[in-house]
Amino acid sequence: MDRFRIIFQYFQSNSESVMNGICGLLALASVKMYTCFDFSCPCLPQYNMAYGLGIMFVPPIALFLCGLILNRQSLVMLEEWRRPQGRRAKDLSVIRYMCSSIIQRAMVAPLVWIVVTLLDGKCLICAFSCSVDPDKFVGFANISPVQVQQLLAKVPCKDDELMRNNTSRKAVSRYLRCWSQALGWSILLILIVAAFLAHWLRPCFNQDTLLQARHWSNYIDIEQKIFEETCCEHSRLFAHKCILHFFKSMQREIKLHSFSLPREGETAEGEEDLLRGIIDQDQVNKLLKMWYYEKPPLDIS
Amino acid sequence: MDKFRMIFQFLQSNQESFMNGICGIMALASAQMYSAFDFNCPCLPHYNLAYGLGILLVPPFILFLLGFVLNNNVSMLAEEWRRPRGQRGKDPAVLRYMFCSVAQRAMIAPVVWVSVTLLDGKCITCAFCTSVPMETLGNASHPNLSQGELKKVLARIPCKDIYDGWQIIDNEVAIRYLRCISQALGWCFVLLMTMLAFLVRSLRPCFTQAAFLKSRYWSHYIDIERKLFDETCAEHARIFAKVCIQQFFEGMSTDLGAARCQQPRKAPADAGEATEKLLGITDQGTMNTALKSWHRCKPPLHLHPPALPSSNGWAGEEQPPPPMPRREMAAYYSRV
Repeated sequence: MDRFRIIFQYFQSNSESVMNGICGLLALASVKMYTCFDFSCPCLPQYNMAYGLGIMFVPPIALFLCGLILNRQSLVMLEEWRRPQGRRAKDLSVIRYMCSSIIQRAMVAPLVWIVVTLLDGKCLICAFSCSVDPDKFVGFANISPVQVQQLLAKVPCKDDELMRNNTSRKAVSRYLRCWSQALGWSILLILIVAAFLAHWLRPCFNQDTLLQARHWSNYIDIEQKIFEETCCEHSRLFAHKCILHFFKSMQREIKLHSFSLPREGETAEGEEDLLRGIIDQDQVNKLLKMWYYEKPPLDIS
Repeated sequence: MDKFRMIFQFLQSNQESFMNGICGIMALASAQMYSAFDFNCPCLPHYNLAYGLGILLVPPFILFLLGFVLNNNVSMLAEEWRRPRGQRGKDPAVLRYMFCSVAQRAMIAPVVWVSVTLLDGKCITCAFCTSVPMETLGNASHPNLSQGELKKVLARIPCKDIYDGWQIIDNEVAIRYLRCISQALGWCFVLLMTMLAFLVRSLRPCFTQAAFLKSRYWSHYIDIERKLFDETCAEHARIFAKVCIQQFFEGMSTDLGAARCQQPRKAPADAGEATEKLLGITDQGTMNTALKSWHRCKPPLHLHPPALPSSNGWAGEEQPPPPMPRREMAAYYSRV
């Protein structure tokens, strides 16, 4: 437990670390999901390709959307994009920076799924077993084309009676698996080269714009958090005063029972300061509306 | 758990330790990846060589680039290399040191992969099974088979379940032979890498130790300076946001004409602290200028004594360097 607490605290230390942590967890979850999933090729000519390609592409879309949903920054970015201008100008480069960082993190888990799928090979064997050229392999001579298709469709099913100890099945399976793994490694290579070039070339272009965009996107995130904390604090004090007010108004009715009611001590004055004069529902609603429609300018001099 | 915490804190303590930690993790991950990977020789004449050598060479290249990508120092190196000169000179020795240290760490995971692959033997067996010496190991003069057919049969040597050339050459014999060569290559490779590492480590103090100490110091300095700048900006943003929101609430309460609208009595110490931490930067334009200047014109490596009125460091983008720092920069450049 201690170990998890230390790792948890490290990742909580700033919001980028939190997002990297979530991204890593999703990638691990994606690998685990693949290993737990019981892949079961239908071994029928028309269904194989749909099943194989479906398993390869549909879960990554779901993982991508999960990555967007779990990332707090996507809501912050959407809010910043859609808010009215008010007294604070909108900086498109900040929004672009936030968008690209969100999409990059959300892409990790789907790409991990696709690469693991290709390196494992089952999906591609299932999808393309009917598309291999039967002349390359012994064991398919002197058979009608329809039967060849049916046999090829059964290649992914090791336990099928016809295919159980069939060497041509094993040869076709190996051949497809080899292509699948080569494709997987190639995709991984392309991704890593792209990430490497992005890291190296980024400081060559617009470094100062990047520093600004990064700073202000961090600022927007922090401001949103502090605003929520301030509102929480305000609502806590509001509730406290409301309840005290309620007890005070009951005082007249129960004075005969000589209950000792909480007296407003010195704390009340401090709390009033923190409530900043905003003490009824309409005022709070107006404040929250103004926060969205007219954010204050970035000038506190 | 205490031990784990100590190790974690030690690794975090400085950037180099952290990078050593990442490097170690990647080496372990590389060995784990190899054992998890299901090697699947295609057992077809031209595909074997491509597949075998591909698995031997492509993942190490990927791991090498990944070592660069995961290393934070790379973007720091690129930034230091591409930044405008400004008021601070650039020292190529520092850049070389940073590049060498990044490259050395990135080499470890690929070397582990290649060693493990060679010592295991499957890749070499798959890649070179069509080139086994038939004269010594098998029956070379089999009359019925053409060269092409022979190659097809030999290509199936690694696949025990589909091999059918028992008369030509025994499966086990060929695999043992290839594996022996692969393991010999593997051990030679390990020995070579270890000797290289040993030479690099032990010969360095004999030459250029003083220049090495200087480069190492300034490379750590650049790293620490960048981290502190990011932390200062984050702290500034936090206080800016706090004051901005406070002013917003106060502005709203004034607008709403709230009944008991009292100005919150902020303790003077609190207000003073906030102002100090804001470092005089209280609006968006000034902050943007500050960030731009940080990249375009880094300050000289010369600390002003506190009594001197500090000039507005943000304004001077293309000013000629003042005479005082020149002495410092000359020392920075000198090759001992």
